[in-house]
Amino acid sequence: MSAVIENHHDDHHHGPDKGLMRWVLTTNHKDIGTLYLWFSFMMFLVGGCMALVIRAELFQPGLQLVVPEFFNQMTTMHGLIMVFGAVMPAFVGLANWLVPMMIGAPDMALPRMNNYSFWILPFAFGMLLSTLFMEGGAPNFGWTFYAPLSTEYAPPSVTFFIFAVHLMGISSIMGSINVIVTILNLRAPGMRLMDMPLFVWTWLITAYLLIAVMPVLAGVVTMMLMDIHFGTAFFNAGGGGDPVLFQHVFWFFGHPEVYIMILPAFGIVSAIIPTFARKKLFGYDSMVYATASIAFLSFIVWAHHMFTVGMPIAGELYFMYATMLIAVPTGVKVFNWVATMWQGSMTFETPMLFAIAFVILFTIGGLSGLMLAIVPADFQYHDTYFVVAHFHYVLVPGSIFSIMAAAYYWLPKWTGNMYDETLGKTHFWLSFVGVNVTFFPQHFIGLAGMPRRYPDYALQFADWNMVSSVGAFLFGFSQLLFLFIVIKCIRGGKQATDEVWDGAEGLEWTVESPAPYHTFSTPPALPERSLA
Amino acid sequence: MTIQTSKSKTTLKLFGVVLGMFVFGFALVPLYDIYCQVTGANGKTGGAYVASEAFEVDEERQVTVQFLTNNNANMPWEFRPTVRSMQVKPGQMYDTTFFASNIARTTMTAQAIPSVAPFHAAEYFHKTECFCFEQQQLASGEVIDMPLRFIIDPHLPASVKTLTLSYTLFDITDIAATGAAE
Ligand code: HEM
Ligand SMILES: [Cu+2]
Repeated sequence: MSAVIENHHDDHHHGPDKGLMRWVLTTNHKDIGTLYLWFSFMMFLVGGCMALVIRAELFQPGLQLVVPEFFNQMTTMHGLIMVFGAVMPAFVGLANWLVPMMIGAPDMALPRMNNYSFWILPFAFGMLLSTLFMEGGAPNFGWTFYAPLSTEYAPPSVTFFIFAVHLMGISSIMGSINVIVTILNLRAPGMRLMDMPLFVWTWLITAYLLIAVMPVLAGVVTMMLMDIHFGTAFFNAGGGGDPVLFQHVFWFFGHPEVYIMILPAFGIVSAIIPTFARKKLFGYDSMVYATASIAFLSFIVWAHHMFTVGMPIAGELYFMYATMLIAVPTGVKVFNWVATMWQGSMTFETPMLFAIAFVILFTIGGLSGLMLAIVPADFQYHDTYFVVAHFHYVLVPGSIFSIMAAAYYWLPKWTGNMYDETLGKTHFWLSFVGVNVTFFPQHFIGLAGMPRRYPDYALQFADWNMVSSVGAFLFGFSQLLFLFIVIKCIRGGKQATDEVWDGAEGLEWTVESPAPYHTFSTPPALPERSLA
Repeated sequence: MTIQTSKSKTTLKLFGVVLGMFVFGFALVPLYDIYCQVTGANGKTGGAYVASEAFEVDEERQVTVQFLTNNNANMPWEFRPTVRSMQVKPGQMYDTTFFASNIARTTMTAQAIPSVAPFHAAEYFHKTECFCFEQQQLASGEVIDMPLRFIIDPHLPASVKTLTLSYTLFDITDIAATGAAE
């Protein structure tokens, strides 16, 4: 191709610009990936501080540190920031860095839009966080913002919350459109869909979920806005509306949303385990089909969050069985990961430790999910700490561990340096112990009947709450070590080879370390059929 | 087809999906209403009943109908049924009233929202006349007896021995003032 010579010339002129404007104006997928990842980490720390306020208050029964009004703002903001500010942007950041490199594309398909998608986020979260300083305080109605708590009884700042959600929605919709267009149009010649690495597959499916449900979220907050300011009555029973309708529309978005936060994690783990087990991923095709069926099923199970609103019995049964059905493709995945490790020559570098912990602890979260899916049992468990334990097991040692695994796994490729393995392992073990000490006891206090979202509790829950709080502080402060390790790795360290991990497969390992500013300006020639 | 045009085509299609799903979110509102009306889910009762068949009174059967009233948060009115429960025969028409009094200092508008339990009986509870079909405006200190006229459908499943009709009274003074309420 004639582009080869020109390209050489381009490299000189199209390195990164200097100074701050490089980051503001950049359309380079690696720059934007980096921005997303740092933004996500900052939000992770902000949301983490809020979690520590919650756990500090719950260290002992009684009210010690904060007033209940502020406690409610903390639970709400913690949830919103972790879901929309930490987990989702981290995955988008990883997609930006990795998808083009994995499919042999020079950049994302719509680079300018990519820049907008990112730069909307600081405004959205600036707006959301500013509500903390407003008259009446920040949103206090829980991250699920059920009407009429979030309409009739909401603090005045709810309008800013609504616009912040609109902005986040626009950002993720543009981000996912970019991912889909990139994957469908820019794959290296000869790479079929079924040749793509699983991270690319899971992101493709996630992006479809996002464009299907983020508009519904935008719709539901728009209805709230109209109820609050324009006298409509979507959710106001007195005006002919229905608060239960809110829950249906919200969870129609909400359940696919939880899979948006886990499918890319499946992709990451499916990349890491084969590398460190030195075997091919077991059951590639079944992984793809399992991901697709989980995505499909996620649209038809939403009311398992609403078993106690008073649904007809037929509805309860349907949503119970449909929910349990999801365990089948999920089980296929767990089986495949274990089968990949089976008789492999495994080594346990930090990314692998996080990946194995993911498999084990995510499975615990899946099992408590199955318990919650049993209607008569859920009447007991609903809105207790058991639910809190469930979703933290799937989200913290699930989604968050996978993101950390990904960071350790690809950092050498991004920075050109190896991270400090001893420190990485220390970070892993501190996090692993911290997570379990924090969230495992919450199963017990939940089963014993402690309701969620209260700043105080009955005396019989005191011991396990104290244990949980100790774990939370351990986990929280361990993340500063992660920050230190990443900075240390960026600034220096053992030079990474191009392949980084022996036996790692995929196009991203064929470029030099650190990955040059522009990669695959000419499409790579594929090694025969070995990418997956 | 060049990469550029195929990119634009995919992008356009995806924005179409986004728009479609935004509209779908709003379409869930009427769909939900229709669903509840058809199935009686949520205990929702229909509007004014117009007899489509003349019912035969089932002299053999006795059904207890209980009346409950609730005030929604911050609704100061006094609101109660004049009788708390009635023994009725399916197919026969009955009348009763509900008492309301505005003990607030200002004129207020209220709307009562009915709900029937058990849910699957909701569609057999026919109201030919009900104060819940309209809004009530009372001046400060004003009292009113509000009528309800109903028939229990003789097709009511035999398992249902007791029906509960509950009303929640909402303060809709603000909504009524902006004229947006239905
Ligand atoms: C086998 C798979 C799963 C099943 C059967 C399942 C089932 C359930 C059920 C029945 C509830 C409602 C509990 C209640 O409120 O009473 C629930 C709540 C929740 N689940 Fe799962 N779940 C599964 C996996 C996941 C995954 C993978 C995630 C996210 C990564 C997740 C995140 C959540 C969240 C965030 C909530 C709580 C929402 C709230 O009320 O704040 N779940 N799950
Ligand atoms: Cu769910």
